[in-house]
Amino acid sequence: MLTLFRNRLTVIWALLVVATFVSFDGARFGTGDNAHAMATALIMVIAFLKVRYIGLEFMELRHAPLPLRLGFEFWSAAVCVAILALYAFQ
Amino acid sequence: MTTATRTRHIPGEEGIWAFIFGDLVIFAVFFLTFIFYRGENPELYASQQALLSEGLGLLNTLLLLTSSLFMAQAVRVARHGGAQLPGLLAAVIVCGLGFVGVKVIEWGSKIQDGITLNTNEFFTFYYMFTGIHLIHVLIGLAVLVWLFLRSLREPASGMIGVLESGGAFWHLVDLLWVVLFALLYLMK
Repeated sequence: MLTLFRNRLTVIWALLVVATFVSFDGARFGTGDNAHAMATALIMVIAFLKVRYIGLEFMELRHAPLPLRLGFEFWSAAVCVAILALYAFQ
Repeated sequence: MTTATRTRHIPGEEGIWAFIFGDLVIFAVFFLTFIFYRGENPELYASQQALLSEGLGLLNTLLLLTSSLFMAQAVRVARHGGAQLPGLLAAVIVCGLGFVGVKVIEWGSKIQDGITLNTNEFFTFYYMFTGIHLIHVLIGLAVLVWLFLRSLREPASGMIGVLESGGAFWHLVDLLWVVLFALLYLMK
């Protein structure tokens, strides 16, 4: 059964878990006056990188027709940028 | 096959992708609405966020990420004979039920503390977003149980299309939670 998991998908899962723990501790990365903004930026960028890799690897969009893949990548990038822009300008 | 020579392929039915993109647009509006209102009253949101259990949010994130691994492996083994398919689908279902159980515990403790949908703006968003997401989890679980029962009596080779569609929906549930976790529990 364990040999079933000896492949790229398990490596991606392990990276997603590591990224989850890094962002869970994300507040520690901010220092000074902008501590909250830095921590939030880190947390959001990690979250949307995770989203991107769930899409590309688990949903198999890496091998999907380009419009489908690019539509998903555009959504991930645009929503991340919009969240950070709204956060920064308020 | 290398990536360069591999034929590009839509995972699952085209219709499921129309649904997935519709859902992504709706959730994008949810996320941006939350950030906008948070910006109007950051102190309230920070104080209410502190009442959430980050540990339970983390546990649910790990459960869904792991369920997604089992789901992706299920699609992979189905293409190679699929003897382990029912076991992998059962593992996805167990992780999904674990998510629901944790969410029930989390909501239950909040409600016991008198924190409901009407407590304040933060918790209105919290219950709405996690509730709509939970409906997605329950729909996904119903589909997974159906796929599991089919996998017990049918060869995996005939199920690849429905597994890809069900898998794509389940991964959507996972990735939406990843963003909800960051927005509701983690951001500062």
